[in-house]
Formats: sequence, structure tokens, C-alpha cells
Amino acid sequence: MRGLRDMNTTAEFETNTSEGAPGKAETQDKGRGWNLRSLVGGSRTCDTTGMPVCLDGQFFIRINAVLAVVFLLIGGVAAILLALTRWEAVHLLPREWFYRMLTLHGLNMLIFWILFFEVAVLYFACTTLLNARLYSRKVAWVSLGMMLTGAVMVNTVIFQGKADVLLTSYLPLLAHPAFYLGIILVAVGTLVGVFNFFATLYMARKYKTYEGSVPLVTFGATAAAIIAVVTLLHGAIVMIPTFLYSMGWIGQPDPMWYRMIWWGLGHQSQQVNVAAMVAVWYMVATLTTGAKPLNETVCRGAFVLYILFINIASAHHLLVDPGVGATWKIWNTSYAMYLAVLASMIHGFTVPASVEVAMRNKGHRKGLFGWLTAAPWRNPAFSAVVLSVVIFGFIGGITGVTLGTQQINIIAHNTLRIPGHFHATVVGGTTLAFMGLTYYVVPLLFRKDYILRSVARVQPWIFAAGITLMSFGKSFAGSMGVARRTSTIGPAEEAYGAAVHVFLGMLGIGGVLAFIGLMLFVLLTVGTLLLGKSNVGRPMACWGKPADLEGADMRSRPEHEEHKTPGTVILVGVFLLAFAVYYFANWAALADVWHVR
Amino acid sequence: MSLEPPKKDWFQAPKGAERVWIGIALAWCFVMFLMMPYWHLFGKQNSTGEAYKVEPRAFQERVEAFVEANQVGELDGQPVVEPPPGGEAYLLARMWSWYPVLKLRQGETYRLHVSSLDLQHGMSLLPMNMNFQVLPGYDHVLTITPTSTGTFTIVCNEFCGVGHSMMVGKLIVE
Repeated sequence: MRGLRDMNTTAEFETNTSEGAPGKAETQDKGRGWNLRSLVGGSRTCDTTGMPVCLDGQFFIRINAVLAVVFLLIGGVAAILLALTRWEAVHLLPREWFYRMLTLHGLNMLIFWILFFEVAVLYFACTTLLNARLYSRKVAWVSLGMMLTGAVMVNTVIFQGKADVLLTSYLPLLAHPAFYLGIILVAVGTLVGVFNFFATLYMARKYKTYEGSVPLVTFGATAAAIIAVVTLLHGAIVMIPTFLYSMGWIGQPDPMWYRMIWWGLGHQSQQVNVAAMVAVWYMVATLTTGAKPLNETVCRGAFVLYILFINIASAHHLLVDPGVGATWKIWNTSYAMYLAVLASMIHGFTVPASVEVAMRNKGHRKGLFGWLTAAPWRNPAFSAVVLSVVIFGFIGGITGVTLGTQQINIIAHNTLRIPGHFHATVVGGTTLAFMGLTYYVVPLLFRKDYILRSVARVQPWIFAAGITLMSFGKSFAGSMGVARRTSTIGPAEEAYGAAVHVFLGMLGIGGVLAFIGLMLFVLLTVGTLLLGKSNVGRPMACWGKPADLEGADMRSRPEHEEHKTPGTVILVGVFLLAFAVYYFANWAALADVWHVR
Repeated sequence: MSLEPPKKDWFQAPKGAERVWIGIALAWCFVMFLMMPYWHLFGKQNSTGEAYKVEPRAFQERVEAFVEANQVGELDGQPVVEPPPGGEAYLLARMWSWYPVLKLRQGETYRLHVSSLDLQHGMSLLPMNMNFQVLPGYDHVLTITPTSTGTFTIVCNEFCGVGHSMMVGKLIVE
């Protein structure tokens, strides 16, 4: 972390290390130009990084992060019940409760946990990184109030058994109006939070709180925010008529129309996660190894590709639907010729490459992978992000593109292959990355050092192993035709081979392991908030950083080698090979089934 | 680094391995994109999404007429219906059954009309693992050619209420 402090000129920032609530801290705006606005709240200088921390921002990051973890816990409890039900040999829940828990799980994990955490990431990226202050406390309160009210409404109505419609609530399935109203509140509340982010960006630019272009992480967060706006507008377009219909005020919207627009919300919100996750990859790579992007233009360009092309992924869910033609399906499912996939493949290179360059510059130059073995593996944020990159790329990414291929979708649609894919992206990828970041958020913004640090060091591994095993179990069972969102395969058992029970067992054991990893994360984090030692006035306890080998600094590396990343080249080569093998193996499998057009 | 504003001259073309990787990745993206139109021209398994608007009740009447004209037997209380080779066949999805049991011939091509009487359903043909979405109000036409024989299972793979997992049907190919 010393490197970070060195790179900042701390003298610019006021020092206010008091632990007071926002608003109490003395407001000094010297050199920030911000005093032109009558905004409440001061800032402090981070004891670890030397970066400025907006106290308003810190306050709302804390609340949003804590609530996010609460929803993660609710979703996690539902998850273990589901895993133990789909593990056919255990088959825990009666069917009503299976679908109820599935609804609860989907909303709390995919919507509440992620959105609350993302609002926290946005507030961080627009304040600390820009030396700016959060635009408005009032707006942040409105956002928080709406999101929380909506989430509580949704969970209440689910537990009452009035919304057993799963996350997608496909019409003509109909839930209690409070279900839709709750989702609308969460969506609009998030939009309000995103507005606060954009307003802060605007004010920071106007009052020149930083020079030149915004940092890469802020840029990535902005990409996520832009996609979020488009996403949430889709949510409004589809949820408002559905709410009105559930009240009996208008006729039933068309089910096909509902599917198309709903997935404009449902799939794109996952692309918000991808953009936010990649921003977190860059952030943690910097925090843990001092990595910096090889080429800012490339990284930013890749984020722009997300904004431009990721928005049409609604088609992934309509590939075997009636009523939309093949041309539409091909163009949209491929994000206009896979340009958004290109973006992920670029990030998949630049993130490890930036770490490789940083490590080589520290003197770790032995062989192809000396930089990797010397990396700070005991740092849970680092290991979480490495595992996130690997699981997202090798499992989530490869399966996602393949299953989203128009024709291959015939042998994948609505089978367990689909949750096998997206648990690798959104759980193994996004959630794991967010967990890794939390190992810095708590010490830096809650100012408490983690308890049971050795447990924290293994937590990402347990969680990653569980998710990977579960994802494999689902994918294999799905390849045998096992449907997703079904409480039991019992009535159709003879249609599957006996091996299906092995794979459903894998799903169950992986689920248990992932749940243990999740509970460790929640207990460690909540335990730290309650019992952790305060680190006010001193740098956070170091998780472990790569050693600076003696006499090695950037200048000792020959200039022409500065951008050489032979280890990363091998890694991406292996990735492309795995991608191509899986992709064409699926075409081969497709060629075996009945002919259809 | 990623947490600070970049240097003023950050707008640079990529170099070295990074540049090569972007090129390779882009080429791979084009390969994947071209595979889909290629398969439409030369492959045998495609989802064209051919569909027509239809009132659920009207569709049900067409199914009943189809069953009446072509019934050849009964299986587990469901009529077994053999459509003329190369002709039209109907399959109705409803909570929570598939109606009727179709009897097809290997190598013959059928225009299979699938629709729902109530909620959304998913037609999953096992053990081939072929899956198609079934919506109320849409007559989804699959031009399908069975290439293997035996008794096949159709399960519903779109959540359709509490009896969803019991929605299992049969399909016979001779």
C-alpha cells in the first residue's frame, strides 16, 4: 500500500480522521472548489492509501454494503435449501416451498445483493477516486429508502406465498401487485442512486476536483451506470403495465412482448454486473499488486464496447421462442458480431497482463510464471479476484457464448446448463469479486481490521471450489436434459440415464461447499463490524503484498521488455483453445439431434 | 494505475502481444458469428421461430379436430395420434399435461404446431435434449424430422405452477 500513498500527494487533501457521522465533520474545501455549493459533509484522508474519503460517500457506502450483505445472507439461506432439494437423493423441500425459495433466491441474489453493492461501488468511484464529494445526501437517502422499501415489500409478499412466480414472473403467471410495485421501487431507487453518481461526476468535472480524464475504475463504473440506466428503463417499461394488469386496471400484456422487454431488464442487469465486476478486477489488481493498465485506451475502449453492444442480449433468452425470426436472433444474440464478447476477451488479457508487468517490475522475472507464483496469494482480495477472472472466463464466459449461439441453444434452453452458466458468471465472477473487494472495503471504509484473518485467507477458495463444483454438476445434468426450475426429476426419471444422480449430487455437494464459503464471508464481515479492532489513525493491517526484490525497480528492466507479458500470452492461449474445443464440441452434439427448422 | 487519472497522453494504439490478442479475439468473434448463418444454410438443426397468432381456444379446437381425425390408439388415458407422413401435427401444452401422444415415422418431416392453453411452457424432448418455448397465443411451428426411433419423453421446462414437474408426456417414433 505504500506505493499507493507515494503516488498521491496527500498534502492536497485535508486531514480529518475523526470518526464522526457525516455532516458533523468540519467542512473544509480548500483547493477543492466545492465550497461553491452548500453541500453538507466533509472528508478525511485515508490512513492507508492517503486518498480522500468523502464522509457522505462513506456513510452511504457503509449502509448500502451492509444491506447488500443482509440480502446476500437471505439469498444464501434460500440457495442451500434449493441445492439440497435438487440433489435428488436429499430432496429437502416440498414443491410449493421449492418454488417460493427459488423466487426468493433469485430476487435477493440477482437483484438486491448486487444492486445494493453496486450503488456502493458507484458512490466510491465518483467520490474518493475523483477527490470529490457525493452530490447529495438527500438524493442518496431517497434512493436508499426506495430500494429498501421495495426489497422488503418483495420479500414479504414472497414469504406470504402470494408471489410464487420465480424471478422472471412470466405472464400469464401473476403475482400480488405488491411484488411488482416492490421491484419498481427498487429499480427507480437504483436509478435515483445512479443519478447521484452522474451528478457527482458532473460536479467533479465542473469544479475540477481532478485533472485530465477520470481513473479507469471510475470509467468502468460509469459504463456500468450507463448500462444500468438502459436496463432499469426496460424494467419500468415492462413492470409498470404488469403492475397495472395485476391491479386489474388494464388488459394482459402480450407474453412474447413481456419476455423480450423483461430480458432487456433481466439480462442487461447481468451486464451491469459484468462491467462493475471488471472495474473491481482493475481496482483490486491495483490495490493488491500495484498493477496499472498496459494501455488505457484499450481498457476504456473495451468498456465502450460493453455500452454499445451489450444492450441487445435480451435475445439470449428468446433463441427458441416463437415469433422472433432467425436473423433477429443471430444479430442480437451475438451482440452484433460478438463485439461485447471481444470486450471481455480484452479485459481477460489486460487484467492478468497488468499484474504480470507489475510483478516483473518488482523483480519477479523467473521463467514464464515466476510472477504468478510470487503473487500475494495469501491476500484474500487477490485470490478472490484471480478466481473470479478464471471462473468468469473459463466457465461462465465460454459456456455463455456457446449456449447463446442461436442453434446450440436448442440443446440448452431452460435446462440446468443455463444456471450452470450463470452461476459461474454472476456468482463465481461478480459475487466473488465483490467479496474480494469487501476485504478492503471493511478495513478502509468501516475502519476495522478483519478478525480471524487466516479464515478469511481460505474463504475465497472454499466459495470458488463450491461454485465451480455446483456449476459443473448443473452443466452436466443439463446436458442430459434435466430442466432448470423444476423441484424434482422424479416423474420423468426413466428419460435420463442413471449418471444424472451423480451430477445432481455434484450440484448438491458444490452447493453445500459454496454455502459454507458464503457463511464464512458473512460471519467474518459481520463479526469484524461488531468485534474488529479499529484501525483509525494507522494503515489497515496488510493482507500481504508482493515483495519488492532488492535492487529491482522499473528502470532495471530493459525498456523493450516493459510490455512483454509472456505468461499472460500462454494463459490466454490456453483460454482460446478451451473456448474453441467447447464451442465446436457443442456444434458436434447439435448435429446428432433430430432435424428441425 | 486504475485508481488515478491517467497520464495526459493515454490515448495510444495497443502494442505487441496486446495488439495481437485483440486481432485474434476479433477473428474468433467473426468465426463464431459466421457459424450461425452457415448452419442455417448447411446445418439441419435450426430454430426459425415460425409462428402465428392464435387464440388459445381456437388452437384447442384445431387440436381436438386433429385428434379426432387421426387417433390410432390410447396410452395411459391419452389418445395416441398418428398424423399423415409429411403432414401437420398438433401438440397442446396445458397445466399440467401434453396432449395428445404423437406417433411419428422416422425420416418423415412434419409441421408440428405447438401452443399453450394457459401459461408459458417449455417443450423439452428427451433424451435428445431438444428444447423449444411454448407460449399461449402463439402457434409455434416446428418443421421436424425424427431421425431415431423409440418412445420419447416430453417434459415441461418452463415453470408453470406447482404441478410443473409432473407435466410429462410421451412421443412415439416408429
